[in-house]
Amino acid sequence: MNILTMLLLGLGALLGLFLSSRAVDPVIAAHGWLLVAFCAGFIIWMLRRNGDTGGPANPNSKINYNDAIVRAGVIFSVFWGVVGFLVGLVIALQLAFPVLNLDLPWTSFGRLRPLHTSAVIFAFGGNVLISTSLYVVQRTCQTRVAGGWAPWFVVLGYNLFIVIAASGYVFGVTQSKEYAEPEWYADIWLTLVWVAYLLVFLGTLWRRKEPHIYVANWFYLAFIVTVAMLHIINNLALPVSFFGAKSYIIWSGVQDALIQWWYGHNAVGFFLTAGFLGIMYYFVPKQADRPVYSYRLSIVHFWSLIFLYIWAGPHHLLYTALPDWAQTLGVTFSIMLWMPSWGGMINGLMTLSGAWDKLRTDPILRLLTISLAFYGMSTFEGPLMAIKTVNSLSHYTDWTIGHVHSGALGWVGMVSFGAIYYLAPKMFNREQLYSLRLVSVHFWLATIGIVLYAASMWVSGIMQGLMWRAYDALGFLEYSFAETVDAMFPFYVIRALGGGLFVVGSWVMAYNVYRTARGDVRDEKPYLAQSEYAKA
Amino acid sequence: MSEPMNEQREIDEVSGVETVGHEWDGIKELNTPIPNWWRWIFYASIVWSLGYWVAYPAIPLIDSYTTGMLGYSSRAEVAAEMVEAKENQAAQVESLRNASLEEIRTDSDLLEFALAGGRSAFMVNCSQCHGSGAQGFAGYPNLNDDEWLWGGTLDQIQYTITHGARNDVDDDAHYSDMPAFLDDEILDTKEIADVTQYVLKLSGQDHQSDEALSGAATFADECAACHSDDGSGDIDAGAPSLNNAIWLYGGSPESITKTISHSRSGVMPAWGPILDDVTVKQLAVYVHSLGGGQ
Repeated sequence: MNILTMLLLGLGALLGLFLSSRAVDPVIAAHGWLLVAFCAGFIIWMLRRNGDTGGPANPNSKINYNDAIVRAGVIFSVFWGVVGFLVGLVIALQLAFPVLNLDLPWTSFGRLRPLHTSAVIFAFGGNVLISTSLYVVQRTCQTRVAGGWAPWFVVLGYNLFIVIAASGYVFGVTQSKEYAEPEWYADIWLTLVWVAYLLVFLGTLWRRKEPHIYVANWFYLAFIVTVAMLHIINNLALPVSFFGAKSYIIWSGVQDALIQWWYGHNAVGFFLTAGFLGIMYYFVPKQADRPVYSYRLSIVHFWSLIFLYIWAGPHHLLYTALPDWAQTLGVTFSIMLWMPSWGGMINGLMTLSGAWDKLRTDPILRLLTISLAFYGMSTFEGPLMAIKTVNSLSHYTDWTIGHVHSGALGWVGMVSFGAIYYLAPKMFNREQLYSLRLVSVHFWLATIGIVLYAASMWVSGIMQGLMWRAYDALGFLEYSFAETVDAMFPFYVIRALGGGLFVVGSWVMAYNVYRTARGDVRDEKPYLAQSEYAKA
Repeated sequence: MSEPMNEQREIDEVSGVETVGHEWDGIKELNTPIPNWWRWIFYASIVWSLGYWVAYPAIPLIDSYTTGMLGYSSRAEVAAEMVEAKENQAAQVESLRNASLEEIRTDSDLLEFALAGGRSAFMVNCSQCHGSGAQGFAGYPNLNDDEWLWGGTLDQIQYTITHGARNDVDDDAHYSDMPAFLDDEILDTKEIADVTQYVLKLSGQDHQSDEALSGAATFADECAACHSDDGSGDIDAGAPSLNNAIWLYGGSPESITKTISHSRSGVMPAWGPILDDVTVKQLAVYVHSLGGGQ
């Protein structure tokens, strides 16, 4: 496996040299050199570490876990979270105050918007998924992660992909597919990384010391397998030159649209839902110290979710050139998806029965719990918005943006924060977090931020949709497009305010994790359980 | 459901429910049955979907698809809505088509319909340049005042909308071509500075008397042919008036000097080929109504 990793890296370095030596545009030249530097640096680092791929954070651990890799993933997650949320705030402000585009191509909304979405979904979310999955699979299989250096190739190679994608956007390299903007060469690199990830994960399951595979790992595995399939099929493209960044997607017209939204919707379904349910199924019962509510529900909702989600994509293309039968498919599968989605919420929330009092004293559990509440809300809102009559109002409006963010900030963000706070002291081998009070501060900043965000986008989106379809008594359009944009201004400002609170919350988290890593403990009033209050 | 996994089952004290007897890193699972409400809503959503598939287009066949019992088609639906919308307006549209602009202006029913349609069409097609209040921007005339480059009667406005100005689409577009007095080496910078002062004087702004005096002679030689001796302009020549406070490109000395030196030539599209005749009529009546119609 180590020779294989080395071989892959050698090939990567050669590929980088090849790309940069004959590059037809400066971006691919720079990215070629970046690949060379990455592979060469990786090989040197491997040789210097002399076979030490990382051990358990706690030296007394009986099992030789690789926690170094999880620690690195946690650091990457916090870093990209702070960056991605901040870029989101910038583009939210740009929508309210267009002068902030600065009249420069690199800082224009069109280039920063994919930078934001990729940074939060793939850089932040992806690093959270990879690091937690490697932690959970080791713990629930009671074994060390498989593959020697391969998991390092996964984590570091994945972050190289992020850097290539993000820097490309800023310089205008994009294939213009939403959530799939990186060009062909970045896609190929990600495919290599992802196959390595799948093999590492399967290898770890294979060598498990437990007779059965824990539910969290089913969800992680579904996420890894399906994302591989989505990524490869949606990104099939022919480069104009093998030494240039530009390529053309092989799909065209309505087929391209359907495959794009099959991809786009299941990026939500398998990346942001199935993967994060994997996180939920480990960290909620651990933090609550309660058994999972229902094993049967976990089986039924897992298989129904996996089977139904994959067909729901066409609901992004209602009232378009997509044939009516395919639109029907999208609508009905979205409705059937409601209960399978809620299965995860029920199993998470009901796991707290017998531990509800801990919400008062444990802000980490509070983060995990509110994430489930937002999960339930947005997985109800999703099927609702997939109904054709509702969609005819909501589609193309800010309502969609509000929906996405109540899921992304509320569910994905909050459950990730909970997992990061759980892992931080363990991965740095500390007794406890630097400060639980600061976790509570983060909780309130993020929660108020999300409420402002979602509420302002509901109002603005519904208003926008109603204005677009308003006719006067004589049958003429009531508003011009510019008038609808003008009417949204106050809501754009409120949204930016909510986003700002969320960003500040992420700074509080970064500070808390940093101080925890240093081994500091804040002198603060501890949270007391009710029984302890009585004594005090 | 298959039998729970092994023998070490225990009863959870809080819920009284049995575990499935397995443990992962300290996590156990309860053997709670699936909630009935969950199960029945799930079944109901499946039944609803089956019904939807029967009622609506749903199942792809080799070269067609099942059309459903309701015979629904989103294309047919939007086509029917378009027909209905057109039918609702048909009588008034026909009246507008047959009426002259003046008749429209004086008939309250026709006028109400024309103004509503004109406003809507203006917002979609014209507001991008002239502003949603028709207030204009530098280079794009304000349509609320009584200053008209190409005339402010109903017929003149209709002509301007139909043919536009200085576009290369319509041979009948308005056209005028002011010389670029500096670029074409007709005047030198001193003469242009003097004319600028004279134009400032014509428009009643602060100016240098001496320079305006020598600028007056140059103005008479070079500018008056189109802009008239008193700077009141000439609609037929496409020459704007210079003796008031209304400016298309700004009335500051810098802006006037720039105009004289390099000329200006704004373009307006010909809307005749884009919009139908009735919409152009509605627009003409609407623009005429904004305050400056003659």
